[in-house]
Amino acid sequence: MAKITFITSDNETIVLEGTIGSVMALAVEHNVKGIDGDCGGVCSCATCHVHVKPEDMVKTGRASEIEADMLELDDNADEYSRLCCQLEISDDIDGVELTVAK
Amino acid sequence: MQKSELRDPFEKARLEKGLGAMEDQNDPVKMLLRHKDVRKTAHNYKTFQSAAKPGRIVVPSEVNIRETRQIPFELDPPVHGLYRKLVEPWFKRPLEADYIKQLTGQINDLVDATLNKAQVEVIEEFALVLQSRALTLLLNIPFEEAEKWISWGTHVFRSEDSDLDGDKANILYHYIDEQIEKSIANPGEDLYSMLLDSEVAGKKLTKEEVKGVMVLTFAGGRDTVINAITNAISYLSEHQESLERFRKEPQIINNAVEEMIRYFSPLTQMGRVVTEDTHVCEYAVKADTRVSLCWASANRDAAVFENANEIVIDRKINPHVGFGFSHHNCLGATHARQIMRILLKTMAEKVENIEVFDYKENIENLGEFKRKVGFDYLNAKFNSLIK
Repeated sequence: MAKITFITSDNETIVLEGTIGSVMALAVEHNVKGIDGDCGGVCSCATCHVHVKPEDMVKTGRASEIEADMLELDDNADEYSRLCCQLEISDDIDGVELTVAK
Repeated sequence: MQKSELRDPFEKARLEKGLGAMEDQNDPVKMLLRHKDVRKTAHNYKTFQSAAKPGRIVVPSEVNIRETRQIPFELDPPVHGLYRKLVEPWFKRPLEADYIKQLTGQINDLVDATLNKAQVEVIEEFALVLQSRALTLLLNIPFEEAEKWISWGTHVFRSEDSDLDGDKANILYHYIDEQIEKSIANPGEDLYSMLLDSEVAGKKLTKEEVKGVMVLTFAGGRDTVINAITNAISYLSEHQESLERFRKEPQIINNAVEEMIRYFSPLTQMGRVVTEDTHVCEYAVKADTRVSLCWASANRDAAVFENANEIVIDRKINPHVGFGFSHHNCLGATHARQIMRILLKTMAEKVENIEVFDYKENIENLGEFKRKVGFDYLNAKFNSLIK
């Protein structure tokens, strides 16, 4: 079980718990605003872009090469950016805080 | 050679030069073929613009057959973003439960009707019908209206005789003008009415702007969706085992849809007009000339995709550009994805296999390249799954 906090562009804080699947799927299931997950998680659409709280990067790790290539061309991306379809829910990411990208 | 195969005509040029070339009504196009170059150029709207003369970024060019600017497609940021923001929530409606339910009902009915036929011509009698009926949901207008669009035939702009058919385009433009007038006289809950009631930067949308959005919606989602559906049926006719997998592992249907969009690339390319002398892929290009982003080639780039020339039905990571890339990614993609997901699910639930009798490939002539994009006709029979 992992507890994940989402902060939307309206500054709404949503805390969700999950055990399996991707963080994107969890967010979509609970209608977290700004996470559309259009491509269903194959890394082709970048509609699940989040900024990981800097101190939580040790839990999530940095973006993979394929994510980084997507994010490289996103004007809102920074070093804490991840596509959350590529974040698998597990105990390892319990407690992370993710700000939904604009 | 399998009939569902879509060969990649770009491989040699992509590896050797990264660039292709084609003539088009005295306005030649330099085609970008590599995944990285295509994405980078799509993102650079300042040097590679969409807000050129209406019709010019389309290949083949439509400058001689239309003056209406398609919106938000033929705009650039920041103005583009204002219009995109306005229409985007409407084009996300395919994610809503009621929309999915209605679309599922439509596709169920069509597949059931097709199962009773000894032979179906997949383009005219299946794909066009499915696409037209589904469009009534996207526009939120009565189902019956689809009959009129079906009667137009498969191509809005193209006819069998020529690449560009101004008369056919005029049918669509006159129709949209009429519908706009009807919605002004009698507003409803449809897309026309929503647009007519909207403002961008404090100004009401003009009729011409509403028309621009509607032309894009009709034209952008017609041949593309029809090609995706027809190619999917052709693929399934040779891959009965994939239907079996969808029944056993429905969770891979989403991966299958993305993979089909990559492999089929229903839209081969989209152009941009160069605004300053620059370089693409180390070649000089001059201001006021055209380049194109060749999605179909980028989607076969072996630097990005393993086994790029195969349909890997459960491909996990798939950064394809089948719906374009960056600011101008396909507005109708949510609708198209939903159609394809429901279609594959329904086919798996109801169909044992598909027999193809005869077919003719639809080959695009792209200068030095010839690309199969789908079929001119495909005669087949759907056989029912005996449970």
